Amino acid sequence: MSTGAINKSPLTKTKLWKFHGGVHPPFHKDDSNQTPISFAGIPEQLVLPLQQHIGIEAEPSVHVGDDVSKGQIIASASHNGLSANIHAPTSGVISAIEERTLPHISGLSGLCIVIDTDAKDDWKNSKLNTYPDFNNTESKLLLEQIQQAGIVGLGGATFPTAVKLSSSKAIKTLIINGAECEPYITCDDRLMRDEATKIITGIRILQKLLKPETCLIAVEDNKPEAIKALQLACQDDDGISDNVKVVAIPTLYPSGGEKQLIEILTGQQVPSGELPLDIGLIGLNIGTVYSIYKAIIEGEPLLSRIITVTGNGINKPQNFEALIGTSFNYLAEQAGGYTKMADHLIMGGPMMGFALADDQIPIIKATNCALISSTTALSESNSEYADQPTLPCIRCGKCMDVCPVKLLPQQMYWHIRAKDFEKAQDHNINDCIDCGCCSYVCPSHIPLVDYYRFAKNEIRDQKIAQEKADLSRERHEFLLFRKERDKRERDEKRAAHKAALQKKKAEAGAKGDKGENKKDTSKADAIKAAMARAKAKKDERDKESSTRKESLADKKTSDKDPSKKALEKNTELKKDEI
Amino acid sequence: MIEAILILVGLAAFFGLVLGYASIRFKVEGDPLSDQVDSLLPQTQCGQCSYAGCRPYAEAIAAGEAPINKCPPGGETTILALADLLDVEPMELDEEAGETPEQPEVAIIVEKDCIGCTLCIQACPVDAIMGAAKQMHTVIASECTGCELCLPPCPVDCIIMVPLKTTTKNWKFKQPTPIENTYPVIPAPTDSELEKKL
Repeated sequence: MSTGAINKSPLTKTKLWKFHGGVHPPFHKDDSNQTPISFAGIPEQLVLPLQQHIGIEAEPSVHVGDDVSKGQIIASASHNGLSANIHAPTSGVISAIEERTLPHISGLSGLCIVIDTDAKDDWKNSKLNTYPDFNNTESKLLLEQIQQAGIVGLGGATFPTAVKLSSSKAIKTLIINGAECEPYITCDDRLMRDEATKIITGIRILQKLLKPETCLIAVEDNKPEAIKALQLACQDDDGISDNVKVVAIPTLYPSGGEKQLIEILTGQQVPSGELPLDIGLIGLNIGTVYSIYKAIIEGEPLLSRIITVTGNGINKPQNFEALIGTSFNYLAEQAGGYTKMADHLIMGGPMMGFALADDQIPIIKATNCALISSTTALSESNSEYADQPTLPCIRCGKCMDVCPVKLLPQQMYWHIRAKDFEKAQDHNINDCIDCGCCSYVCPSHIPLVDYYRFAKNEIRDQKIAQEKADLSRERHEFLLFRKERDKRERDEKRAAHKAALQKKKAEAGAKGDKGENKKDTSKADAIKAAMARAKAKKDERDKESSTRKESLADKKTSDKDPSKKALEKNTELKKDEI
Repeated sequence: MIEAILILVGLAAFFGLVLGYASIRFKVEGDPLSDQVDSLLPQTQCGQCSYAGCRPYAEAIAAGEAPINKCPPGGETTILALADLLDVEPMELDEEAGETPEQPEVAIIVEKDCIGCTLCIQACPVDAIMGAAKQMHTVIASECTGCELCLPPCPVDCIIMVPLKTTTKNWKFKQPTPIENTYPVIPAPTDSELEKKL
């Protein structure tokens, strides 16, 4: 159980708990949440990476030159494991299936499907079935629809939602995550304000599927309008207001982290290495609930998402509903273009997001924010972007005070510097959620999270290398065993053959015991006879060969004459010509 | 006096029997140390250490006959792990054995050149090459350790080593620049310099 202080949410009067640590970076929410969500429009080209979810790449089901309609599956979920469908966000022609730069922290490229759009936005018959009466529909059908619609967790983890919902474990509490604690991002805030009734309907679908005892919608108290909108929508909607509760939680980063939010709402800690499902809880992001609504009620697969385009590098910060595959560049244009302050393009927020080198990169299902900002504004919340030198650790312990997972960041830092990853693992580095609180408070500007990410990658690679080594050892040992076995089998066969021959001989010897001498003499005779025959044959052959030689010699002499004559003739002829 | 001696002799005989029994009853099969060493080696079976595979090298290390720095595929990680296990000082990788490859590689058979001689199949220490006489061979990439032992036997040089492709799944973070490289370190003044100043 949590050791945090128990307090009550002032707005919604619910009992709340507190997780350890957390920070208050400048939130900058008002920059972008003033105007309603608008549709960003259809760009000329959409680029859809095949990997937009956790798990295995989707497999392309279209070819270059194909016409696609809006909502058509262009890459289907792989059957080899966790995967999700990808749909054409609008109608057009497949112009390429090739490697393009991905919106990934590594800046690497990966296989993408490129659609040249035709501005018709034509569904044809690609719309899914609709289930307005979902309460009287089989759960299996609804889950199938969610799977078909390619819905993944839109909070950033991009775990295929249908898989999460299909768990057979009993659900006690359904938690809808509208905390949105990361600075600058307001896409969930705006969605809750603008589409509260649809979100509540989405929750009803989830209640039908999961049958939880209670359902909590957690929203940070810096979004009072969203809380009000949801409460109103709850009241309007008869029947479920009893067990759906909107909970205002104190504004603190990172209260939107799944495990942190669970602790705030229930006081329970999800044990290390386990999932919330293991303790009867399930968490879903607001955006995911909205896309479930769209899939079930409107028959629309996941074609677009809400994205915040914000920062002081953009003229009109706002929220867009953008088609998956739209480039950051296009969105920036729609938001009034870049200002002079546009130094960095960050996908995600300033705490956990990462910088992209190029604005031609497309947005994917996981992209909740495009933050275009100046270096100074960014360094407020993330010293990594600041142009300050890293100073030595002074062991102040601030990082330890703010760590929401109660790790010892400073200890891990020293172990990682010494490349002692085993010790780092002993300090549970794998429970680190990369929230960046430790880097944020570090007075020496040490990029602590970068160290942890580095160490986690190294640990992962070492684990893979170990598995590979074990496999190789097994195979090598089997190879040696196989060679040994083959040799042994061969030897055994030979020995058995030999033994059988000897046995035969012995048996024959036993039978012909009396006539042994006779046999011997007959054998000797036979040999003699054979030798005589061979000799006679040889003599004959010698004779034959000698006569043949003679005849050959005769032939040669007779052959020589005509050739000589011919040669002489030739020379004579040549002489004449000359 | 005699009593004391008898007691001590009795005790010695008793413990001798107990220990003798235990050494037979709880006898450990094989050599546990060489097993532990073997588990730390990368199992490429490449023979760059001049032993005929990882197991013989592990046995040599366990017997104290070989230094711990002869495994290029394992590199620094393996040397550190071995030093930790055997409680010896870590050392630099032996240059004679070879260099640690920067990126893991796998063998690939150029299929149009393969004549199906099966020589590489016989050379592969982990059975990672498939094929039959006069049939095209191919490497099972997930099983290949990149040991390069199949290269010399190939009569038509149709096997090439290709670095594994970096994707978003096996990409990894670089180590952040250590403080020393971002912070101008001013060396402490020596005694003579201090004296001069004073």
